[in-house]
Amino acid sequence: MTEASNFASSYDLVVIGGGPAGLAAAALASRAGASTVLFDENPDIGGQIYRGITSTPIKSHAVLGEDYWAGAALAAEAKASGALIVTGATVWSLDPSRLVGVSVAGKARMIQAQRVIIATGSLERPFPLPGWTLPGVMTAGAAQTALKAHGLVPDGRVLLAGCGPLLWLLAAQLLRAGTKIEAILDTTPRSNWLRALPHLPDFLLSSYWSKGLALLREVKAKVPVIPIQRLSAHGEGKLQHVEYRSSGKDYRRRVDMLLLHQGVVPNVNLASAAGVAHRWNERQLCLEPVLDVDFGSSVPGIAVAGDGAGIAGGAAAAERGRIAAIAAVHALRPSASVPDPQSVRQRLQREELGRGFLDTLYRPADAFRLPEGETIVCRCEEVTAKQIHDMTAMGCEGPNQMKAFLRCGMGPCQGRLCGLTVTELIAAGRHARPADVGYYRLRPPVKPITLAELASLPISEAERKAVER
Amino acid sequence: MARIADVVVIGGGLHGCSTALHLALRGLKPILVEKDYAGRHASGVNAGGVRQLARDIAEIPLSVSSMAIWEHVEELVGDDCGFASHGTVLVAESEAELADFQARVDDLRLRGFVHEELIDRTELRRLVPAVSDHCPGGVVSRRDGAADPFRTTQAFRKRAIEKGAEVMEGVVVTGLSRVGGQWRVETSGGPIEAPKVVNAAGAWADRIASMLGEPVPLEVIAPMLMVTSRLPAFIEPVVILRGRKLSFKQVSNGTVVIGGGHRAQPFRDQNRTVLDWQKLAVSAATVWELFPVMREATIMRAWAGIEARMPDDLPVIGPSSTSEGIYHQFGFSAHGFQLGPGTGAMMAELVATGATNVPIDGLGIERFAAS
Amino acid sequence: MFKRLDEAASIVAIEVDGKTVRARSGDTVAAAMLAGGIDHCRTTPVSGAPRAPYCLMGVCFECLVTIDGVGSRQGCLVPVRDGMRVETQQGKREVGR
Repeated sequence: MTEASNFASSYDLVVIGGGPAGLAAAALASRAGASTVLFDENPDIGGQIYRGITSTPIKSHAVLGEDYWAGAALAAEAKASGALIVTGATVWSLDPSRLVGVSVAGKARMIQAQRVIIATGSLERPFPLPGWTLPGVMTAGAAQTALKAHGLVPDGRVLLAGCGPLLWLLAAQLLRAGTKIEAILDTTPRSNWLRALPHLPDFLLSSYWSKGLALLREVKAKVPVIPIQRLSAHGEGKLQHVEYRSSGKDYRRRVDMLLLHQGVVPNVNLASAAGVAHRWNERQLCLEPVLDVDFGSSVPGIAVAGDGAGIAGGAAAAERGRIAAIAAVHALRPSASVPDPQSVRQRLQREELGRGFLDTLYRPADAFRLPEGETIVCRCEEVTAKQIHDMTAMGCEGPNQMKAFLRCGMGPCQGRLCGLTVTELIAAGRHARPADVGYYRLRPPVKPITLAELASLPISEAERKAVER
Repeated sequence: MARIADVVVIGGGLHGCSTALHLALRGLKPILVEKDYAGRHASGVNAGGVRQLARDIAEIPLSVSSMAIWEHVEELVGDDCGFASHGTVLVAESEAELADFQARVDDLRLRGFVHEELIDRTELRRLVPAVSDHCPGGVVSRRDGAADPFRTTQAFRKRAIEKGAEVMEGVVVTGLSRVGGQWRVETSGGPIEAPKVVNAAGAWADRIASMLGEPVPLEVIAPMLMVTSRLPAFIEPVVILRGRKLSFKQVSNGTVVIGGGHRAQPFRDQNRTVLDWQKLAVSAATVWELFPVMREATIMRAWAGIEARMPDDLPVIGPSSTSEGIYHQFGFSAHGFQLGPGTGAMMAELVATGATNVPIDGLGIERFAAS
Repeated sequence: MFKRLDEAASIVAIEVDGKTVRARSGDTVAAAMLAGGIDHCRTTPVSGAPRAPYCLMGVCFECLVTIDGVGSRQGCLVPVRDGMRVETQQGKREVGR
């Protein structure tokens, strides 16, 4: 393993995140001669979509599917490129001068980057329903990670609930691995179909169409799909049953695992803390960075590629990584030879086709985004929807004031699992747009670090002794 | 048509809100103008220390008068502001330092101030059991404490409004001019006319002073703070050092706030700061040595408020030296939170009556006139 | 909560709250706990409610555990090592651990 003390003090390019965007970017830049380091906090590269790509215990290609195994080439390309790839490396700070704070095995270092590509991808949209903090309730992505990286499948009575392509993909993968799924509770609002229709022509041209249809057929042949309008999880100390409403009737069902998913959203914490300007995307109901055609951000020298730049999927992420890397190489070494950016852009365009249909069809219902009553919104500090409603009614205008009053977003996840919910709840309460309400101001460290790690930063004796008044 | 007020208060920090409240309590009609929202900057994000300890002699009377308000703050604003009084302890790291502290405490006694008290090794360990063995003693100010800064500022703002003050947030002051014996304050929310104006604009106060042709050498600084995850209660008083920069306190929710004056880079026009992790690492190393039990504590966040510092580290308090009806109340960096309640009361008295009983000698803006 | 598809892989032993848990080399601590039938990895500092891993991708911080004496580590990001000592965290963890 590469230790923090072995890092150079500066690199041409620092890539943060080893998913498709990061791997493609690091490979391209390194082959073009830029000194490149890629940091990923996971034990292995691949990101979430290609999680465990070089180490998965799942040997049968059929279980995870060919789209997953496409990641192997990307990983091999990055490893062969000469880029320094460091796993288990947590980047906890990035500032506008591109100073990168990173920790490996309990030791921290500051590294100066000429260019930075943030490829920290996405995370699953918060799914704040009653009981979602109970052990036994997990995200669909978590179950997928357990399968890909560890060869683990859920045990006992398993329910999937929510909407979006990943839910169906996970169902298919679990079925192929021999897992029984009791039912899929489909939260897709019926009215979404009508709204999505205008986007259908593009979707029919995209690769999602045939693959998606096959996936739906495969899953529906084996698992009952129940459209629902309400859902809650219950149990003493762990999940024991769920209650849901379908077509006006209420049901109760004993269950051991509930796997939730209602789409993915950009993971904005690092980019936002670095000062990158963000805006509200009304179609995807999330925050996304403001970027130029090369995925360059409002902070000079910092680009955001992959799903962190707006949700478009794994294949698009790799192309975005390449475009960002080409721009970085151009800036660093104008004479270096790089692939033709136009052909990369054309491939990207093809991959992005069809998103409009998916975003509209799988736009999560208000009931599953805007919780009420005692439902926990901020899991870390256990702040409820009612507290946020009440505080909004008292005149609290934005998430940052809310933070100060309720501590929501102040726990270790730093708002990742409540930020969007809080913004949308305040907006609803104020009859304002989420864009006007704003989002948490995110502060470094974007991942908590121990005092010991911080104290391990090399400090010159002069700095230690310097006493300013 | 311009709005009409008795006093325009510029700046919605704790000082501005406190002054507006005390003006309203005197039956005057203040309008407070704040460019962001109340408590957005230094007042809302400071370490929350309510400290009389280790202050410059010139501001001790003001600090003592403010403490009297803090001890009954709930009666004043209807909220306890999270204020808890567990004392502040200045820890000596060597015998030589302790001897210096002894001299300071003796000097204060001669001047009639008894709030600082020298403590030996045993008493230090009784007050701060987790402190490292190498520390031989210190100074305690037992009535000191800490409060929740944002909550405090909001409570003063809310009570000011209840008592008749108007608070305009998201409104920027763009100009100041004298019109027929009145001050006309141009703002992005329209003009306001009043006979008197209080400049409590914090890190932006020099710009207000410049509009009056009264430039001051204000330095914009951004002292950094960091906070840990929730830990079980292990320390009650606020702990500060003098030789090395450290302030250290555990909040009632269990988190530990670590500060002490290492600075970030401020960008006041963008409301932004950029942290300096090398210096935060120095703070971490100091905590590491002083409180070995903290070594594996997790740092959750770090931040810096944008503050105003004067070259002599004293605030600017009192009437303008050039413009009648203008009063200054700024330059409190790192020592203004405790002073807020008392300074607001004093300023309201000064504005309303033309005089105050609280000694503020040596704090006027005229001390910078020659430079 | 989870079971392994294939038990053949190389095995390491870790200790969770004093109890031996067998894990696959390559597991993260969180995965080993899930496969080992441990139904929660911490209780919250606010209400004391039990929590188990939720996202397994480093963002939810529900899988915080004490590993070899160092507290509040994300179990889903740390690979197991033979002989590793893991402790579940109860509420506000003790200072100095």
